[in-house]
Amino acid sequence: MAELIATSATEGLVPVLHGPFTLTDAAPARITSVAPFNGKEKAVSAALKKALGLAFPAPNCALAKAEARIVWTGRGQAFLLDADPAPLAGLAALTDQTDAWAALRLAGPGADQVLARLIPLDLRPAVFADGAAARSALGHMMAVIWREGDGFVLLVMRSMARTAVHEIAAAMSAVAARG
Amino acid sequence: MRIAGKGLIDRTAPLNFRFDGVGYSGFKGDTLASALLANGVRLMGRSFKYHRPRGVLTAGSEEPNAMVEVLEGAQQTPNVRATVQELYEGLAAQSQNRWPSLRYDALAVNDLMAPFFSAGFYYKTFMWPRVFWERLYEPMIRRAAGLGSLSGKHDEGLYEKAFAFCDVLVIGSGPAGLMAALTAARAGADVILAEEDSRMGGRLLADTGEIDGQPGLQWATGVLAELAAMPNVRLMTRTTVTGAYDHGTYSALERVGLHMAAPGARPRECFWRIVAGQAILAAGALERGIAFADNDRPGIMTASAVRAYANRWGVAPGKTVTVFANNDSARRTADDMVAAGIKVAAVIDSRADASVDADYRVYRDAQVVGTHGRLGLEWIAVRDKSGERRIETDCLAISGGWNPTLHLTCHMNGRPVWSPEIAAFVPQPGAVPGLTPCGAAAGVFSTAGCLQDGQRAAATALQALGRTAPDLAAPKAEDGAYAISPLWVVDGVKRAWLDFSNDVTVKDVRLAAQENFASVEHMKRYTTQGMAPDQGKNSNVGALAVLADATGRGIPETGTTTFRPPYVPTSIAAIGAGGRAEGFAPQRFTTSHDASIARGAPMIEAGLWYRPSYFPRPGEANWRESCDREVRYVRERVGVCDVSTLGKIDVQGKDAAAFLDFVYTNTFSTLKPGRVRYGLMLREDGLVMDDGTTACLAENHYLMTTTTAAAGLVMRHLDFVHQALRPHWDVRFISVTEQWAQFAVAGPRARDLLNSVLDERLKPEDWPFMACGPVSVSGVAGRLFRISFSGEHAYEVAVPARYGAALFRDLVSRAETMGGGAYGMEALNVLRIEKGLITHAEIHGRTTAFDIGAEKMVSAKKDCIGKAAAARPGMVGPEREQLVGLRPIDPDRPIGAGAHLFRKTDPAKREHDQGYVTSVCWSPMVDSYLGLAFLKDGRARHGEMVRLVDHLRKAEVMCEVVDPVFFDPEGGRARG
Repeated sequence: MAELIATSATEGLVPVLHGPFTLTDAAPARITSVAPFNGKEKAVSAALKKALGLAFPAPNCALAKAEARIVWTGRGQAFLLDADPAPLAGLAALTDQTDAWAALRLAGPGADQVLARLIPLDLRPAVFADGAAARSALGHMMAVIWREGDGFVLLVMRSMARTAVHEIAAAMSAVAARG
Repeated sequence: MRIAGKGLIDRTAPLNFRFDGVGYSGFKGDTLASALLANGVRLMGRSFKYHRPRGVLTAGSEEPNAMVEVLEGAQQTPNVRATVQELYEGLAAQSQNRWPSLRYDALAVNDLMAPFFSAGFYYKTFMWPRVFWERLYEPMIRRAAGLGSLSGKHDEGLYEKAFAFCDVLVIGSGPAGLMAALTAARAGADVILAEEDSRMGGRLLADTGEIDGQPGLQWATGVLAELAAMPNVRLMTRTTVTGAYDHGTYSALERVGLHMAAPGARPRECFWRIVAGQAILAAGALERGIAFADNDRPGIMTASAVRAYANRWGVAPGKTVTVFANNDSARRTADDMVAAGIKVAAVIDSRADASVDADYRVYRDAQVVGTHGRLGLEWIAVRDKSGERRIETDCLAISGGWNPTLHLTCHMNGRPVWSPEIAAFVPQPGAVPGLTPCGAAAGVFSTAGCLQDGQRAAATALQALGRTAPDLAAPKAEDGAYAISPLWVVDGVKRAWLDFSNDVTVKDVRLAAQENFASVEHMKRYTTQGMAPDQGKNSNVGALAVLADATGRGIPETGTTTFRPPYVPTSIAAIGAGGRAEGFAPQRFTTSHDASIARGAPMIEAGLWYRPSYFPRPGEANWRESCDREVRYVRERVGVCDVSTLGKIDVQGKDAAAFLDFVYTNTFSTLKPGRVRYGLMLREDGLVMDDGTTACLAENHYLMTTTTAAAGLVMRHLDFVHQALRPHWDVRFISVTEQWAQFAVAGPRARDLLNSVLDERLKPEDWPFMACGPVSVSGVAGRLFRISFSGEHAYEVAVPARYGAALFRDLVSRAETMGGGAYGMEALNVLRIEKGLITHAEIHGRTTAFDIGAEKMVSAKKDCIGKAAAARPGMVGPEREQLVGLRPIDPDRPIGAGAHLFRKTDPAKREHDQGYVTSVCWSPMVDSYLGLAFLKDGRARHGEMVRLVDHLRKAEVMCEVVDPVFFDPEGGRARG
């Protein structure tokens, strides 16, 4: 039987390298939006704890355990990454978001200076530390952003991947040129 | 002329540059102004109105005269201040606002006409006839009076915007700023030290004097080294803080590559938004002039600029220097000139009690009453008690005192306070919350005072941040008193300039007062004083002193005009960095984008989305032929269209059905799983917001679709309704627009096409019109909806977006095998007009459900948003313009959207307007042009002839009013 061929959201766009900065694809195998139903916040946290060792994240926070991560993405909503959401069935509205986002990893010393060209957030390590997450603007695009390792992971709408990569690459180039 | 052994320039690094086509050389560390002066070039520009020869007046960003155009290939940057532009190898600049050359400027004739060009001249002269203003006078005046010119090409240079955050922002790096930064940094605060100049140090770069027993600059170098080594300090040179905004936000303009011969990938400029917990304004002070006859010749400069050129750049600003001042600080200029071996002809001190104990001749109680020299100063006339004398001099250093650089403190409506001791305005305390002015910016003029004040300001800021100031001993330094006796104007017959940049004289200000433009804000507008690129930095206080005198008020009562951001001219290119051309907005591409481009489809923008207009085939002469073919695919075979751009919202929760009932006019709680229903949504004011279909995927689980245009709007509306109106309802929603690639498969052979890619064939009895459900598409879990926007037997098939590109190509090639193919927006539009289906061309924000003939969709059994408002008087009834179809009597006569409708016999005038056309097309099925329109009481007027008048396209067509459904009115094709 013929099968449909899958195409990555960042197909042909990454990697991008400028000076010490690298921009690569960071697509999780699975993204599920988790929005606990009324009064089910604690139950969702408990189920996450039991199944994955995670909890429902506080606003502007991201949690990780082994492969699985859960990132706050808005009022009463978080994205569960690289994990099966089945244990949460009935407790929260679960929606597959795997294909909705282009995921990019920006790494390199001073990566926060690259993002300072596009994101109006205070990304100083003391303010936006490991485990910090935000839903903010990347240029004129809406983005989900969290710190991971020596860089950041950014989610932008899949359809905007080209613009996002173009704008981040331009910022990487300009910051790298300053040396 | 360089002074041997002096200056901070690198004499081992000579640089070649050109000004007005002539080659010169300077050194690394020079500005264009210092390098020109070193080459003996004093004439750098022509004045704005009178085209008077002008030379450099200052050594900073406040420069009003020496503005040039910098040329870099195709780029031409006007109004660059030669005092700010750093020299680089190959720099090419030219003078501006002159013709044919700087030395021989034909428009200098304006200067002879000066009596006709006084303040208010335009307003009085160019009154009549009115149309002449735009066509003749304004272009003429603009040509004669002006600044630099642009290249007329796009600015394709690189610019950047950036954000920065800190605990303490220190603005200015003179003694006060350095001390403030050091104090804050040692306390552990995150510090940004922003300096406009290419080098930190402020006046320490240009003045002599010691701090803690070492030359001031050496002290500064030590402090800077310590700051540079601290991880919590960020030093930003070439960065002018240009504005103070709410919540500790400051704008700043950084010159990044403008000083480089080969900037590479560096941006030219970066526009910063800096958010600071606290800010310290240590921006120093600007020296002001004195208005006397012909005080604007090249060779006349501020006294501090004369010292700066000598001390910092090792340039003798003249062979024989004379100083004219009303205060003690200008003596430094004379002393430094003597030390540098430059002849000082005299110091003319306006004060009767001035000291005469000096190494040069001092005339006290004396004034300069005239100057001479066509393209540069040759001699001056000086008057004291003993009479008038002539002094040969080619450089006159002026000091009328100092004005604290307090502009930022006025950006949030703070008004400065007059300080009689220093005859200057000082910042109003607390004018900008969280901003502490210090040093010369706060009216403290001694070096020792500035050092202490910087430390004090830092302690204030640290306290506000909850930090403790470290115990620092303030360095020892000069602590002389600043003795000044105000002198604004030396009276005389000839013109005395106040605003060099806009050519405003003392006489103009007095005329304004005489004509009762006596408020300082009126005087400013009447004379244009303070409205040039320097924004009055050099002239405001002098001008209002003249106005105060002319109106018999004191200076504090007269007050100042308002200082607004930006502090220095800021290029729009920097503020809008990245926003040129495609950078203006994000581009959204569907998964089928590349396939559409490969098929030669011209793309049209639908919001941020790019969608194919049509898919041309060889031999087709125009888009209409392609469009007609694509319409026939759908009507006769099968067509494929990417509809992924429509908004898709996943709605879940036990109150989901109630929620849908509340936001839609019609009922969804009765919708069974596996079924789809068309819905209409109203705004709170009762007008139609959007329409679309909603599918029931499972119990308490729905998928709402919106139009492409209103996807964001509907999402926002749902959020509002949930959060503000029904906060306790158990419903959750999230956009899945991007998750699914969705394709319309429409036409008599739609089912056959789908069956060729589905893993299980569709059973007709399971898939009636408006059914939905999961399907397996070539091994991928997808969704299928039997819905139709074309009136044909049609489906929309959705797969996760990663498979979109593959499925589109697959479907299109299979459709082609079946005699169909891809169709674009043009065909989609024709298909829906033939069926009388609406888009946002019809639900444009002014139409009701009644207007579009969907009154029955507003359920009587339940409430919904907009229902009550839609029932208001005037929202329903025969006076409303209602949706109708239009067919031209001659089917080949094109009709245009936007045209208006009139009764057959009425004149085509506004008061007879009966309605307007919203959508038009050529229908290959009906073989006629068709239109959708809104017509007064239209539903009752089917069969009537109306006169369609397109005033814009100059067309007039008689049309028959018909039912808006032109094709298959029974709808059998979609259901079959």
